[in-house]
Amino acid sequence: MAVAKNERELIVTVSPHIRDEETVSRIMWTVSLSLLPALVMAVYFFGPRALYVTALSIIGSLFSEWFVEKITNREFTVRDGSAFLTGLLFAMTLPATVPFYIPLIGSFVAVAITKQLFGGIGYNIFNPALMGRAFVLITWPRAMTSWIVPTAAFVGLDAKTTATPLSLLKEEGMHKLIEVFGDKMNLYTDLFIGHRAGSLGETSVIALLIGAGFLLHKRYITWHIPLSFLTTVAVFAWIFGGKEGFFTGDPTLHLLSGGLIIGAFFMATDYVTCPSVKSGQILFGIGCGLLTILIRLKSGYPEGVMFAILLMNCFTPLIERNLKSKVFGARKEAMQ
Amino acid sequence: MNHLQQEKVSYWGLIKNGIFKENTIFRLVISLCPSIAVTNSVRNGFLLGVAVLFVQTMVNSTVALLRNFIHPRIRLPIFMLIISGWVTVVDLLMQAYARAAYKEMGLYIEIIVAFASILARAEMFASKNKVGAAFFDGLGSGLGFLVALVLISFFRELLGRGSLWGFQIVHTKPMLIMLMPTGGFLVVGLLMGFFNWIDINFYGGKGAGGAGGH
Repeated sequence: MAVAKNERELIVTVSPHIRDEETVSRIMWTVSLSLLPALVMAVYFFGPRALYVTALSIIGSLFSEWFVEKITNREFTVRDGSAFLTGLLFAMTLPATVPFYIPLIGSFVAVAITKQLFGGIGYNIFNPALMGRAFVLITWPRAMTSWIVPTAAFVGLDAKTTATPLSLLKEEGMHKLIEVFGDKMNLYTDLFIGHRAGSLGETSVIALLIGAGFLLHKRYITWHIPLSFLTTVAVFAWIFGGKEGFFTGDPTLHLLSGGLIIGAFFMATDYVTCPSVKSGQILFGIGCGLLTILIRLKSGYPEGVMFAILLMNCFTPLIERNLKSKVFGARKEAMQ
Repeated sequence: MNHLQQEKVSYWGLIKNGIFKENTIFRLVISLCPSIAVTNSVRNGFLLGVAVLFVQTMVNSTVALLRNFIHPRIRLPIFMLIISGWVTVVDLLMQAYARAAYKEMGLYIEIIVAFASILARAEMFASKNKVGAAFFDGLGSGLGFLVALVLISFFRELLGRGSLWGFQIVHTKPMLIMLMPTGGFLVVGLLMGFFNWIDINFYGGKGAGGAGGH
């Protein structure tokens, strides 16, 4: 970088300032790759229908990206993988039985409205995939909450509808869950492996953890948000989750069910919409956890990860502004 | 507004100005509250648009008629009195002849008093121009509001209920979100963007640059 002659000529660039081999494109494709185990498990449990929904969603988001950039005369970024990742993540949040227009319209909302209309990659306020899901959940609530029993085989063509573990817990209580899954150990194992009703990518905790471990190992994500998110959910589920009083809840059940794992590792950690300061990330995770458990236990929705992350996305600029590290030697007036 | 005072402007030009160049919602970005609140059906949007068209035209004419008698210092309270007078007229008329619609949207008829668009036209145009010009300016800006409301409610009712003016047209799964305020904001934003896009691409304009209001 050229030495600035005076202060006015200082070159100002957006972060990151440290140069590396890594490009946005490479990160996006790697994160997509890390979702592969979850996709495989989704196909295994929900059949070819899972692939169909995923393909539609990815096609929809790639087309939306191209379309908006075409009509606004912007540089094409279809190949950088970010739209692909958004489409893939969005598909992971859908039930397997959705009609064909839900992945298409949802991914259009995700990419065209939430991302491109706010200025393209790096400028969106909300997580695009989750915004797409919020849109379709509010628009077609019935289609978005009809789940099928995972068959684990391609033979079971007449899919049986059922409820997710969390809505069973909400409506019927713990005893019903144990009745459905056998015993408690069986319940945890099924949840861990992913043999349960739910959205495509959220069911299999083990597959998601493999992907997340890969990302953590590559240092694409850090432990701050997921750990604080999961810990908060566990602690508050333990305190308030039980029917018999305080400290009787079941934190394991809350950790393993719903979209918590995919939300904590793949969506809350989105670079654009989470704080970049480490202490801010911990605060962000705690906020997500609190809102998640509040919605799960007290609202009409059985699952709250999506709304929790979207709401915390709003707070990201606030967190960032108040927790950013002090510039050494800068005076107070100069900071503002 | 100065260029309008100096040169002689045709009445047709004033109407066109109100509908396109200074459209209340899509160009000036004021009076967004009613454009979201009542536009979940075409009928309600149309009725409110007509009410606003009437009030706007009458207020503009009255203000222009009285412009030489209104002391500049107290002009805003006087404008408000004139506006509320005409709103009361519409309110009573609707109560008498359109009871069913009044029950649904009576509140929004009364709240026309507080619409930024009406006061803005009275202050910016009618208080400085002759009665004829003010009348047609009110007509144009009222028509612009009406067109905007009908457009917004067209998309919202078609997508949200699959019907238009209460008649079922398409039988697809309705998009519930369009009936909620969220959908209203989405439709207004997308239409505004669409008009800006047309303006920038085909007329060499700069797009709307308004501060929001309610």
